[in-house]
Amino acid sequence: MTKSELIDVIAKEQSHLAYRDVELAVKCILEQMSQALASGERIEIRGFGSFSLHYRPPRQGRNPKTGTTVALAGKHVPHFKPGKELRERVNNGFQKEREQAAE
Amino acid sequence: MALTKADMAGRLFDELGLNKREAKEMVELFFNRTRLALEQGSQVKLSGFGNFDLREKGERPGRNPKTGAEIPITARRVVTFRPGQKLKARVEAYAGSE
Repeated sequence: MTKSELIDVIAKEQSHLAYRDVELAVKCILEQMSQALASGERIEIRGFGSFSLHYRPPRQGRNPKTGTTVALAGKHVPHFKPGKELRERVNNGFQKEREQAAE
Repeated sequence: MALTKADMAGRLFDELGLNKREAKEMVELFFNRTRLALEQGSQVKLSGFGNFDLREKGERPGRNPKTGAEIPITARRVVTFRPGQKLKARVEAYAGSE
């Protein structure tokens, strides 16, 4: 499912809202999430999961073309930890598929 | 301080003029529909943000950390998040300490 498919699904369920509003709302939610992470803030969504930053310490890298070493600065990378409900639901779906395949 | 669903709904109210109930429903739907797609076995690709991918893991040996007894960890499907280029670049610039 892509972002535009997600917008379509939500627009069908919120048929009293203009499609454009749903589109703007989805973009606004994603922009808030990006902004939070870009400023070092965590995101916590119960039943879905949490996003936080993980730190990668500075290291020596290599330019693959020339082979010279370059010093790479430390940086932060986004990290997602699925919540219990998401983990269980995704895995239950998988177990059902396996049972059906085995029948 | 962490960003929550209530914060996100608050901004939909402030910035887009949705009423409070619409704003709350919109945030709920965003996460519920994303979860439903994953639960049904579909990857979710949110361009500019990142992809929620599904990975299948085979059964592997495990241990009960309390008793030390060996018990197999069953085959399962798990969700992983791969941040997109745009998000990675924005986060990389964060200079906070850790």
